[in-house]
Amino acid sequence: MTPQRQGVAVRLEGLSRHYGAVRALDGLDLELAPGELVALLGPSGCGKTTALRLLAGLEDADAGRVVVDGRDLTDVPVSKRDMGMVFQAYSLFPHMTARQNVAFGLRLRGRSAAEQRSRAGEMLELVGLSSQADRYAHQMSGGQQQRVALARALAIEPQVLLLDEPLSALDAKVRVQLRDEIRRIQLDVGATTLLVTHDQEEALAVADRVGVMRSGRLEQIAAPSVIYTTPATAFVAEFVGLTNRLDGIAADGVAQVLRARIPLLPGSSTSGPVSVLVRPESVEVHTQRDGDAEVVATSFLGSLGRVRVRTADGALLLAQVPTGEAGVLQVGDRVTLALRPVPALAVGRD
Amino acid sequence: MAGLQRARVRRQATFRWVVVAVVGTFFALPLLGMLEFTTRAPGGGRTAAVWRTVADLSGLRTTYPELWAGLKASGALVVLTVLIMLVLLVPTMTWVRLRVPRLRRTIEFICLLPLTIPAIVLVVGLAPVYAWVTYLLGGSSAWLCFAYVVLVLPYCYRALDAGLSAIDVRTLAEAARSLGAGWGTVMVRVILPNVRTAVLSASFLAVALVLGEFTIASLLHRDNLQVGINQLGQRDAQVAVAVSFAALALAFVLLLVLSFAGHRRTRRPLATPLTEEPA
Repeated sequence: MTPQRQGVAVRLEGLSRHYGAVRALDGLDLELAPGELVALLGPSGCGKTTALRLLAGLEDADAGRVVVDGRDLTDVPVSKRDMGMVFQAYSLFPHMTARQNVAFGLRLRGRSAAEQRSRAGEMLELVGLSSQADRYAHQMSGGQQQRVALARALAIEPQVLLLDEPLSALDAKVRVQLRDEIRRIQLDVGATTLLVTHDQEEALAVADRVGVMRSGRLEQIAAPSVIYTTPATAFVAEFVGLTNRLDGIAADGVAQVLRARIPLLPGSSTSGPVSVLVRPESVEVHTQRDGDAEVVATSFLGSLGRVRVRTADGALLLAQVPTGEAGVLQVGDRVTLALRPVPALAVGRD
Repeated sequence: MAGLQRARVRRQATFRWVVVAVVGTFFALPLLGMLEFTTRAPGGGRTAAVWRTVADLSGLRTTYPELWAGLKASGALVVLTVLIMLVLLVPTMTWVRLRVPRLRRTIEFICLLPLTIPAIVLVVGLAPVYAWVTYLLGGSSAWLCFAYVVLVLPYCYRALDAGLSAIDVRTLAEAARSLGAGWGTVMVRVILPNVRTAVLSASFLAVALVLGEFTIASLLHRDNLQVGINQLGQRDAQVAVAVSFAALALAFVLLLVLSFAGHRRTRRPLATPLTEEPA
């Protein structure tokens, strides 16, 4: 399937929103390139959903502008913004069948009954639910309902597709399936898409770029691999993926940690005592009878395992090792630790 | 053990039937008394003459003009009260849920307030208001609808609140708005179809209450069915009792319909998804 419409550029300029004394968004600037999928990631209350709702027009900004395809939509009501949206909660109209739900937006646009039917059928086929066209919401599973909601949002050929934690109510297996399907469909139709999620795996897996938010501001926005390997702040490093905080001494762009020399990422504290943020996969664990560290817990995660180790100075450290290695280690085993020289972020000690 | 269990179930079933029988008798006896009274023939024995009179609407109009005026007024009052109540409550309650949920308790308090005020006290407050209503709109009994809307508010609020609570009003409205629907379309095509049973319940309750109202109409010197029946009772008690019986039966049928509609709704949940299955 070729893209039905080229995506459009979206720009949020200095968006702010307050709820009483609470500052939900604090001068957010964000740009989405045509056809791009950007995921906003962050903890509860960081302002990611508020950003999406301001873009949708479901809430009014206290300050700032929403510009879509060069048009200022800040004061345009939600019903005139031409944006498809999939909600976190199940949002299918309960009194309508899947087909009627998908055709709803087309009906409002005055399309003929034949066109509504054919387009609704096309969209349901796109999400793999042609056989469920005559079912009501209560006759479908949560995953099916969200796919119909996606078909409904896409049926109106929106300028922008907005996904507000669409997978959070689903179980793990369906969530992964649907996540991949959403990405496939988004690439098929070429719609500029903003996805809001608190699930880092989901964001990293489907987005072209991931924006990590904190307290109403973007901490960092970059490609998923960059966010993971080159976090700009300690918050990003610790929110995305797992991180160990290890004490070290920084000098000349390198930190001395656990007898290893770790190159420091830009933005790090460059001298004196620092905490170095090291990923578990950068930690090597070697069994050694007189090792200066001790295994305190192991966990099996399928293709890999995690080992929690207490160092000689009492610090706890997490290492990620292949399942084979993790299986050999027992709680109480003496081990030695080594760090791979992977660039890491260092911050001043608290 | 199983024997004890069976005996307990039997005892509970017997107790339930006893309660049903006692309550049924309590309500049925006065109705049977009314039916017996309306079928008494002047010289003894039974006759359906009174019921034939009541069923003959054109005859009723000329023979009992006060009853006919009451019937007409109550008919108009039913329609107006239900319409005003729905137009007032449904959009307000929806709007409060969508935009100012913190006002929900206040609205509920205001709507339930008439329950705590005796009708006679309401009349004292309404009398000066109705002096203005008469001055501005005329003295028609149909304008009693304003007072009746206040009277039915607690019951109708409860019914509509239950309906609106059963759906995710906010998400449905936002979904419809994002697809291009204006507020009117949201109300008519999305909210109303999903609270249809609640709207019916509220309407039936309003009808039953309006048909049974006497105090306000009588004290404000307006016509309605109950006032007509009361006047008729001083002239022809049998016809008055027959009409009362018919009004009670109508209210009973309405409540029965309401209970069936409610039962149907509970059998078909609105938006609970099936257990997750690999999609």
